This record gives sequence, structure tokens and C-alpha cells, in this order.
Amino acid sequence: MIPFDYERPADVASAVAAVRRNPNAMFLAGGTNLVDHLKLGVAGPELLVDVSGLPLDEVAEQPDGRLRVGAAVRNSDLAAHPLVRRRFPVLAEALLAGASGQLRNAATTGGNLLQRTRCPYFQDISTPCNKRSPGAGCSAIGGHHRDMAVLGSSEHCVAAHPSDMAVAMSALDAVVRIQGMEGERSVELPEFHRLPGDEPHRDTVLQHGELITAVDLPGSAPRSTYRKVRDRASFAFALVSVAAVLEVEDGAVREVRLALGGVAHKPWRATRAEEVLRGGPAEESAFRAAAEEELADARPLAGNAFKVPLARKLITGVLRDLADQAGEER
Amino acid sequence: MVVRWVVDGVRCEVEVEPRVTVLDALRERLGVRSPKKGCDHGQCGACTVLLDGRRVLSCLALAVAQDGAEIVTAEGLGAVWRAGTGELGGGDPFGSPAAGSTAGRDSGEAGARDRGGPGSGETGRSGSGAAGTGPSEPGELGTGSEQDPEPLHPVAQAFLDHDGFQCGYCTPGQVCSAVGMLDEARRGWPSHVTADVAAEPELTDAEIRERMSGNLCRCGAYPNILAAIRQAAGGEVQR
Repeated sequence: MIPFDYERPADVASAVAAVRRNPNAMFLAGGTNLVDHLKLGVAGPELLVDVSGLPLDEVAEQPDGRLRVGAAVRNSDLAAHPLVRRRFPVLAEALLAGASGQLRNAATTGGNLLQRTRCPYFQDISTPCNKRSPGAGCSAIGGHHRDMAVLGSSEHCVAAHPSDMAVAMSALDAVVRIQGMEGERSVELPEFHRLPGDEPHRDTVLQHGELITAVDLPGSAPRSTYRKVRDRASFAFALVSVAAVLEVEDGAVREVRLALGGVAHKPWRATRAEEVLRGGPAEESAFRAAAEEELADARPLAGNAFKVPLARKLITGVLRDLADQAGEER
Repeated sequence: MVVRWVVDGVRCEVEVEPRVTVLDALRERLGVRSPKKGCDHGQCGACTVLLDGRRVLSCLALAVAQDGAEIVTAEGLGAVWRAGTGELGGGDPFGSPAAGSTAGRDSGEAGARDRGGPGSGETGRSGSGAAGTGPSEPGELGTGSEQDPEPLHPVAQAFLDHDGFQCGYCTPGQVCSAVGMLDEARRGWPSHVTADVAAEPELTDAEIRERMSGNLCRCGAYPNILAAIRQAAGGEVQR
């Protein structure tokens, strides 16, 4: 680990200014991903600006009904929060499907959104990687790529985004609140992460020095769920995951929001499937057709083609189960 | 930077540069060797400690970022529990022998024994190496549990009762993790296997397995670890 300086700013403005001043400065929150990157040599900052002690650790209902989740709220506290469990079960389930109890106790909301891909080539500094060293080439495309993306990838990068939480937040139309030197701005979660294109080193739309201060969760989604398929029963990243919100009325889909994890460089909001489903019959055949529509542009590699039928089955199954629940409660 | 901690009930200061993890500061500077360096990348759980009452991975926490923390490791678990001070996962879930004393970070500070000033970690280095065989002066850090009088912390005792280990390398992390996990369960936190996250979960075997998934045991002592935690949880577990 190369040496670096450490600062603990007193407030958000000083934190933003401290990182903005130094192009090689980074924010530190829970450290569960960044400290590992320091050890691996994936990250080599000159300065770490510790934002974990800033007063951004509350979950608070806003006057307009939104639930505001502070960026420093720990993943475990968010998953255990009574309002999250009641109003946004998909989010509690996604958080609980991620990492381990110890990691969730340290990882923060903002840090979870900014965690980086677990592509083994990205994490191994002895191999070329466009995300780590732009222009170096991608080792995954011709290498071991079982865990990689099948949607929206480019010839420069096929890495998959690792977060579970962000997939649920995408389906919930969450809004990321961001503080920069020039003031505050908001970005809708589905627009927060980027596809790789020819700049795979940029994971998100954040500029250097911009700090996530909170995530707003609008409305509520009591009929929602998260399902994750992975290589072992617990403590593993998703091969494919689905976050779904479904409201059924008189056998028809009144509202549906769907996002996929493990299949793209970002949490993949399945807007095409949503369009196919909205207003149509809440039936398994419709769910399957919607899944097929969403996956029509999938471009898997030789080693991860299994993700396409897996995603189709997962989407269909999750929607069917939510629809069945709605039917039982009527 | 000088970092001030209460480690296993002992107040201490340690001077570290920013890249030192809590795990390395504990082991190499303070001589507290029960937290193990297994993978050093947050994947195995062997370094689990209780930090301000919560189970965390000490290999992924920078020491400078944890100034003022109360840290309890497996070797101090019994002493902190018997003293009735410290958080041990949000108070005194097992009714320690010193019941009645208040729990929490403040009382942890009050109950802490003083130990040296900056650089006092140097003495920890004189420990002879293996966990539990360091200097034996009472109240010193890194003295290990062998010198501890009975009773052990109920979770540690349960691991003994059920032979919840083979080589023992993961055990300090398993024990700390179990203490933290039982407190989380007591608070009603759901898990990935909780059928309805909005409901109060029951601590079934499946729940224990899921909640302990961050602690690997390559000897495969899982059935006995499960039995130990089931015992420590008391009558709460539904098989």
C-alpha cells in the first residue's frame, strides 16, 4: 500500500473542497471496498478524506413523504429500518442479499453506490484493464468472463456492476443527492451509473470532488421483492438478480418497475419490459414475453451465455410470484 | 496520528500512519493477537471484532478512521463481559456477573483500565508470538484468554461445549461474530432468509447459518458452530 494522507473534515463543504483541491484525493466512508483496493494497488490516492463521521447518517421521512437516506447510513441499519422494511421490502431484501453481516455493518449507502466491479482482471493489477488503466485493453473478453455483463457492454469493457442495493434503488426510482463545489444537484438512480462505452474508467456521472449526501426514496412499494441467483447460498455476488415492483388491478398490470443486477455495467433498469407489461395482462406468458423483449439485445460472451435464459426465468418467476401474492390478498 | 481506543476494557493510545488497519494495529502494535489475519481482504471473517458494539472486519477498517472506538476482541470478551462494561453488542445481553452496571460507550470508558500513553503499544510487541501467550501481567493487553478466570463469555463457553472448531484459527472471529449477530437478532434485524422482512424474525438454524456466512471455517466445523450458537442463543432457536 502506497502512503497517503488522511483528513477528517468537519462538514460536507470542507470535505468537498478537500477532494476538489487534489486530483488524487478520494473520499473514504465505510472502506469495505476502498481499503481492499488500497491493498491491491487498484487505488493509490494521495489523500483520503474521511466522510464517515459527517452528519449524514439519518433515515428521515420528508414533508413530501419521501424517505431520505443519508449517505453515511450503514447498509445493515438501512435494511433493519422499520420504514424501509414496510414501505420498500425490495430494498431491505437487496441489502440483506449483499455481502456479510460484518460488511453490512461498515458499508454505507453512498459507498455501496460507488463500489467498483469485482471483475478479477480489474482487481489484478498485473493484467490489462481499460477500467483501471484506460487504453490498456480488456483481459476479460478473451479470458474468464463467466460473471461479466451481457447487456450494454462495449468492446472496451464487459464488467458487471456488483451492487444489490443499487438494483433495488433503480427499480424504486430513487434520487441521488449530490454536493459539489458549485452547489447541490440530483440524479435519478437509473441515470447515476454509466455504461462503459469507450470510457469504462468512469463508473458514474459524478465529477471529481462531488459527494453523495443522500438517496431519496419516493412513494412506497409494499408489493416488491428482490431475488438473487449466485454460486453459493450466501456471501457471493449476483450472477443475475431481479428487483421488481408490481401492482396488479383486475388481472392487469397497473404499475411495474423492474431492474436487473449482475448483467450490465450498471444496475439495468428494464424499461422495455416495463413498457410491454404496463396495462397488459398479469399472466406468466406476458411476463415471459416482456423478459424476452428486454433481453433481445443481449450480447453474451461464450462463457456467460447462461445468464440470458437465467435472467429470463428469473424475471418471469419473480413477476409471477408477485402477481400470485396480489391474487391471494384479494 | 495518535489513535485513542478502549481495547478489551483497557484504555490505550497507539501512534499509526494512515495506511495501518485496525487489525494490524491490534496485532502488531498492541499485541492483541486473537483477531486473525486470514485473507486480509474482507472475505473470511477471521479478523472480526466488536467495534462500538458492532461486528466488523478489522482488516478493512483503517485505524485512523476509528479514533475513540471501543474495541472488543475474542480474548477480551470474557473480561469485558464479567466487568459488565463495554457494549458487547449493545449492552449486556447475557446478564453478566456484574449486572447492574450501565452499558454503553461511556461506561466502557469509565470501566477501562489505563494503560500507558502514546507508544505504549511497544510492550505488546514483546509478546512471544502466538495468541494467548503474551505478557501475563493482569490488565495488560494481549494476555490472551488462557489467563482469564472463569466464567468465559457464554458464546465462547458454548463453542467449547460443542467443540465448535478444529484448528481454531477462525474461532476468535466466529465467536465475536456470533456475539454481534445474536445482538442483531435480538434487535429484530431481518436476514436474507427471513420470509417477511417486515416481520420479527425467529432465530432458526437457517437464520443462524445465513447470518454467520461471513465467517468461513475451512476445517468445516459448521455443524458444531451452529450447535454452539444455538446454545448461546438460549431457547430462542427453532430447529
